[in-house]
Amino acid sequence: MHIPDGFLNTGVSVATGIVAAGAVGYGLRKAREELDEKSVPLMAMVTSFIFAAQMLNFPVAGGTSGHFLGGALAALLLGPWLGCLVMALVLLVQCLGFADGGLTALGANILNMGIIGTVLVYYIFRFLQRALPSGRGSYLISAAAAAWLSVVMASGACAVELGISGTTPMGVALPAMLAIHAIIGIGEAIITVAVLSLVMAVRPDLVRTYRPQGAENLA
Amino acid sequence: MEKGKKSVTIFALAGLAFAAALALLVSPFASTHPDGLERVAEDQGFIEKAEETEPAWKNAPLPDYTVPGLNEKKVDEETGKEVEEPTRWSTGLAGLLGTVGIFFVAWGLAVLLKKPESREEEKTEVVST
Repeated sequence: MHIPDGFLNTGVSVATGIVAAGAVGYGLRKAREELDEKSVPLMAMVTSFIFAAQMLNFPVAGGTSGHFLGGALAALLLGPWLGCLVMALVLLVQCLGFADGGLTALGANILNMGIIGTVLVYYIFRFLQRALPSGRGSYLISAAAAAWLSVVMASGACAVELGISGTTPMGVALPAMLAIHAIIGIGEAIITVAVLSLVMAVRPDLVRTYRPQGAENLA
Repeated sequence: MEKGKKSVTIFALAGLAFAAALALLVSPFASTHPDGLERVAEDQGFIEKAEETEPAWKNAPLPDYTVPGLNEKKVDEETGKEVEEPTRWSTGLAGLLGTVGIFFVAWGLAVLLKKPESREEEKTEVVST
């Protein structure tokens, strides 16, 4: 869902750029508090995994493909602001190193995938986690829902930006984007749950948003 | 604590190895169909807006996840123009370089951003053990 150059008008480019710069700036400050010995290697690992997994387009309906985004996974393993930084770094490297996503759309891409699809999704996840009973099953269900929502909400935001830019009527773009990403989001949920399950099996202490029953007020 | 830190590093390196293997060996076989946004842009006829726009940044060393020197030159049957087609090695190697490169960039960024106090703690811990 990386927006290329040419899809956004100047106003949307600049506005989303300012929002993205503000969020990344806040994230850089929050990182000082949140980073510790364990999260440095974990942050590097999550970043490289998201970069690699984003290359693996899987086919969905009708000659279309989708790929993993990773915002929900980053937020659940690192918290919302380190997660936001990870997504911004992935998008920056893809833009400058691989010509994937336009430089003039970098702010919008960070807003969609690194703020809405990561920070906002983190707080939706926390809400779900409080609403559901604690335990491994509920945790993974909340994670799957967060992952699916992450892709769907990012695609919705993308459609709104295209609409405001006058690239395509929002009334057409919004349902089309939401419909295809509702399918792609299933892939996102599966990969997110698979990776979380794997990390929980090997190093449960590294999954900061998951605490077995009895342990509360953590992370 | 020192031991804990070391084992997280080993875990992270194992994760890097897994991600690198995905990039090198699986990415060349990924679907080449348009993604969700590209599909909508094609269907609604605004994909041209991207194709006709000069990219704002033209110096990407590995454009479209390929290593330029490893691509195959082919003549497009429809247009008669010479086009570059990525080989499996070109895509896999570009993915590997990106995956390993971004791991160390993220590590470096995290070390730079970490609170100086926790670096101090680290030192005293080493001294006290």
